Amino acid sequence: MNEVLHEPSTEQEHKMDRQPAGKRILRFLNDWGIVLAILALIFFFAVTAPSFLQGANLINILRSISIVTIIAIGLTVSLTVNGFDLSVGSTATFASSLVVSFFVWYSLPLGLSIGLAILIALSVALVNVLLIVKFKIPDLFATLATMFIFEGVAMTYTGGGSISAGMPRLDGTPTVGMIPEGFLTISQAPWIIFIMLVVVAVTHLFLNHTRHGRFLYIIGGNPEAAHLTGIPVQRYRALAYVIAGGLAAVGGILLASQVGSSQINAGSGYLMPAVAAAFIGSSFAGQGKPNAVGTLVGACLVGVLENGLVMLSVPYYSLNIIKGAVLALALASTYYRYQKK
Amino acid sequence: MTQSDVTNRLEMRGISIEFPGVKALDEVDFSVRRGEIHALVGANGAGKSTLMKVLAGAHTSYDGTISFEGVPLTIDSPRAAKRAGIEIVYQEVDTALISYLTVAENICLDLLTNGQLKGVIRQRRFEQIALEALGKLQSSIDVRQRVSELRLADKQLVLIARALVQDSRFLILDEPTAPLSQRETEHLFRVIKELATREQLGVIFISHRLQELFTICESISVMRDGKLVARQALVGQTKETIVEQMLGRRLQQTDRQTRPVGQALLELDQVSVTGQLDQLSLTVHAGEVIGIAGLVGAGKTELCKTIFGAIPTAAGQIRVAGEPANIRSPHEAVSRGIGLVPEERRKEGILVADPIYQNMTAASLKQFVNRFGWVQTGQERTAAKDIIKRLAIKSTDETQHVAGLSGGNQQKVAIGKWLLADASILLLDEPTKGVDVGAKREIFHVIHQLAEQQKGILYASSEFDELLTVTDRIYVMYDGKIVFETKTSETTEEQLLLYATGGTTS
Repeated sequence: MNEVLHEPSTEQEHKMDRQPAGKRILRFLNDWGIVLAILALIFFFAVTAPSFLQGANLINILRSISIVTIIAIGLTVSLTVNGFDLSVGSTATFASSLVVSFFVWYSLPLGLSIGLAILIALSVALVNVLLIVKFKIPDLFATLATMFIFEGVAMTYTGGGSISAGMPRLDGTPTVGMIPEGFLTISQAPWIIFIMLVVVAVTHLFLNHTRHGRFLYIIGGNPEAAHLTGIPVQRYRALAYVIAGGLAAVGGILLASQVGSSQINAGSGYLMPAVAAAFIGSSFAGQGKPNAVGTLVGACLVGVLENGLVMLSVPYYSLNIIKGAVLALALASTYYRYQKK
Repeated sequence: MTQSDVTNRLEMRGISIEFPGVKALDEVDFSVRRGEIHALVGANGAGKSTLMKVLAGAHTSYDGTISFEGVPLTIDSPRAAKRAGIEIVYQEVDTALISYLTVAENICLDLLTNGQLKGVIRQRRFEQIALEALGKLQSSIDVRQRVSELRLADKQLVLIARALVQDSRFLILDEPTAPLSQRETEHLFRVIKELATREQLGVIFISHRLQELFTICESISVMRDGKLVARQALVGQTKETIVEQMLGRRLQQTDRQTRPVGQALLELDQVSVTGQLDQLSLTVHAGEVIGIAGLVGAGKTELCKTIFGAIPTAAGQIRVAGEPANIRSPHEAVSRGIGLVPEERRKEGILVADPIYQNMTAASLKQFVNRFGWVQTGQERTAAKDIIKRLAIKSTDETQHVAGLSGGNQQKVAIGKWLLADASILLLDEPTKGVDVGAKREIFHVIHQLAEQQKGILYASSEFDELLTVTDRIYVMYDGKIVFETKTSETTEEQLLLYATGGTTS
């Protein structure tokens, strides 16, 4: 379904000069529309909600989009090979349950807990790879299945409840572990913003400046040609899902740090904004393909919108209407362009 | 046949179709009678399929008239063709079948869409109709089976049965025997013959296997370059006379210099692929251009992909530069210095949405990475520029997207990829497909240059005149086997075509 992402939006820059003015404006809107939209939103909210432009609020926005961005970056990597990872939300939930349980139930040290949680959460990616690469299930359906499986696994693991320090386990066993102070700091500004920027930068460099990134895009663009060029297609598809799963796990751990506990299905709410961010971002700067910087910009758009709407006292339960509409708009712009060709 | 007698006759007159730049059909007259089994032959691109698509309603913008028994027919859609009693069974049977429906449902599909079966759909009624139709075909296919579980030969029968249940008067079979075994072919022929006599069905039979036409058809039309060149009874013709009509001319040998030939770069020893290739043995030496001649479906593409590791072998051995090579994936083939320029260029060969330089470095990207794993785009572009110059690729520059290039230049990009990867063995599968004449000559020139650099080249094609121009030695394939080997200087196009259509003596 998402092969359209790889259609070139900048067919050839060489042809630019010959296009009529109207087309050039359209193209400009298409390429830089997100940035314009963000600026317009900022202007609108600044006028209607005076506290919006305060430094504290802007930092708050960046902080609030960090987790979405990191999960969306993983999703972006799965999109590069023309895949789609619906299970990122469940992976995040799973990782957050694991890491909190390691602290509270088993009193494991900080580094070990985080490392172990990411490692175990990667089992989601392995199941995805098995279903998609080995059993040839279309990506969307395979990850839909794993999404439910691991939502259930996480819930079963926690006994169907939340975990927090001092709270006894469901069977009544008292817990003695504490969540380390250091763990809670990583989700504070500026740290979480730094982590997000590092993830975006590293992924950007990986996708655009390494051989492996080039191969991922080639596979997404034409898997058959990639195969007959000697690129080990299946290995790279597997890699894409492992990266997607790994980043989703990092997102889940930051989520646990932010909340200070593990909540049921905490990660599932991140799937939709992450998908929106990745799709909005794919048209950023005329790239016409999933890309890390675009995804960050897409996440900013979603974040600004959400923050501003909250400031305007739009009830939280109605936010999904607007966020969903933005996703539909982003998809429409991607696919509409494809059909016109 | 006399002009006045129109009883039972379906007639096409003055049919012309122009595609951008090509006259696909040029004033073609064609006719067939109910009860007649008529062969339609021609080399690749002669216009057989286009003509039949007109008859089946798949091409709507054509000049000329179609009539039955003197009454004009308007055939402007597949539906209109079916209403006129004309049914086509395309070579790709799967495109016409709904794989998750049962045999009975598939056979009755048209009865549903054209409203002959209405109201509540009763499974029993379907099965009755289907059973009756299959009975006429002497087939014992279980009508409750899903079509996806059928063998290819049975799927064909299901399609023919579908034509029968709506009382079709004419049936077009587009290369029905290509994928069939000897026994399946015989059964199909027996059935067709019976339908022709008992149901008065007119059958148009397209085939590349000239031999079998003599066993089933009464008459034959030969097409060449979009024109009908002969319509005659088959009695009195031979394979040779028909081949001559298909070619129309005798091609002269072009003068060619001989090159020194080096060690054996690629050797196949009794290589088989289940159901596709049968005990192929061949050798490609350094500095040699080897032709694989064969018609569509002869197994050329399968051979190339097998050597390249994209199709697993069932038996036999492949040696690269004298060493046994167990090539299990294209990845391994590339690391052994083999390159493939596949037939389906846009689908398999190039990355249309990417710039030229990224296409060219895709198989050799390792060379352009510094020790930090960083891709050196500047070096990539320099290397691509060099290839663009060597192969005379017409483009604005190396950053142009491949989608904007002409077919010939796209093909050169696909070849250029392997020059950068420094492949010593190059497999070219129909490299001139969709390439204009000028670019063809340039591609031949490149191939000769590569041979001079002691590369080994395997050139698979169904364009025999091109094989005669570009190769040193030729293997002819038919039905997954190599049936003939010859020095290019010692053969003719007619001889190649004869072997490629299943003939044995010249």
